[in-house]
Amino acid sequence: MTEIAAKALKLNVPLNAQIDLTYRCNERCVHCYLDHDDHGEMTTTEIKDLLDQMAEAGVFYLNLSGGEILMRRDFFEILEHARLRTFCVKLKTNGVLIRKKEAQRLRALGVESIQISVYSHRPEVHDAITKMPGSFRQSIEAARLLRAEGLNVTFANVLMTENAADYQGVRALAAELGIKCSLDPTVTPMMDGDRSVLQLNVDRSKLQEVFRDASLVGDVEEFCALPTSVDEAALDMLPCSAGHTACYVSPYGDVYPCVQFPLPCGNVRRTKFADIWRDSPQLSEVRSITLRDMPSCSQCAHGATCTRCPGLAYLEGNMRGPSIQDCEKSYARTGIPSENFKRKNAAQPALSSLNLVQIQGIQPAPRNFAVAVPEASGVRA
Amino acid sequence: MKTNCYVARSTAIAARALGDETMVMSATDSTLFTLNEVASVIWQAADGVTPLDQIVATKICTQYDIGLEPALKDAAALVEDLAAHGILLLSDTPLASPGNSRGVTP
Repeated sequence: MTEIAAKALKLNVPLNAQIDLTYRCNERCVHCYLDHDDHGEMTTTEIKDLLDQMAEAGVFYLNLSGGEILMRRDFFEILEHARLRTFCVKLKTNGVLIRKKEAQRLRALGVESIQISVYSHRPEVHDAITKMPGSFRQSIEAARLLRAEGLNVTFANVLMTENAADYQGVRALAAELGIKCSLDPTVTPMMDGDRSVLQLNVDRSKLQEVFRDASLVGDVEEFCALPTSVDEAALDMLPCSAGHTACYVSPYGDVYPCVQFPLPCGNVRRTKFADIWRDSPQLSEVRSITLRDMPSCSQCAHGATCTRCPGLAYLEGNMRGPSIQDCEKSYARTGIPSENFKRKNAAQPALSSLNLVQIQGIQPAPRNFAVAVPEASGVRA
Repeated sequence: MKTNCYVARSTAIAARALGDETMVMSATDSTLFTLNEVASVIWQAADGVTPLDQIVATKICTQYDIGLEPALKDAAALVEDLAAHGILLLSDTPLASPGNSRGVTP
């Protein structure tokens, strides 16, 4: 896979693409970063045309996501077209609308894998997060049906204050059903920049516990190893695949480097996908950034090993800057504060006194980051 | 294996050209193959109605510096391997390939 990715990078091929078919959803998850209205989704014809263009451009891995993909009545028509164009199709769904007939059809169409959101092994906890009574039962039933068809299913769990104690229960349930399980410890800001949802992030002690759980991370010593020095090779590193070999298209045809990186790069309703991918000034800028170009991160001890997300950094105001959520993760793994943390700590007294001044329009610092606002760690714990 | 057999691409695959290579994934077991340039030529020519020996003679031996006999031997090994993973179909009689009308790779 690494060789393929390297070749795609060299040839400027968008190997991976995610299309959100809709932002509409039958669940209302407390941590969701989307609104759920239809602001003018692409039509069936537009999506089929986009798929044709993506196939021509070289997209191989196609993630169909949402919102809830099955909220679109034309979902199977779209999927059928995607498979006709021989994409490797991965689906993200809550599974609520999948019954035996749908499971059989997904099997017949040869999807590579299906990711189902499951937040707890306890129905009451899961349903409280989705705000949809009965959703746990329906999602698990869908998982059983899909497995019965021999499909590759993964539970996608997001770790947050509401379900912090349950991730092992979800893993046990997944194992019982013959299903893989992934755990994402990051709640991300809403696409409109609203950061209030970040208060659902777990506190540092929980992150430290998760990062030291061998059943999750494998070799704990290796996973939590002290950062290696930032050498010349590290300074030339690219941040991640976003905009390099991967991209995201919204239900309205907007192209972004990644679902988590809402930098508008063009719209397929006005411009051909390949032209956006090749010529977008925004994508060119994203592609030009290496660790060397990041003033804070290039000086940081974690520079070579950090999982910094450029999209989260962009949402914090600077795509060349640090992402405080990743600073927190690096600290939780190693106990070594990032350069960003050191600066914020140094600035803390001044910030505290500034808080005494009421200035309208200035948002307070996120309150769930223990290092930035130590006294506020574990807001909802 | 008969080298005059017919080969067709399965529908239970994902595939895409990447430069002069081709990525092919089996939908049944998610095994990913990367076909090199020569294998990609055979893959693209696997239309279900052209015998393998004809593909090798007309698409391989005319383009690459290789004799028919070793080329056929290599091609037979390749298609047997791919067929074992269900991504190519082999038959003594012509097959209808679902990839014929649309082209499997761009």
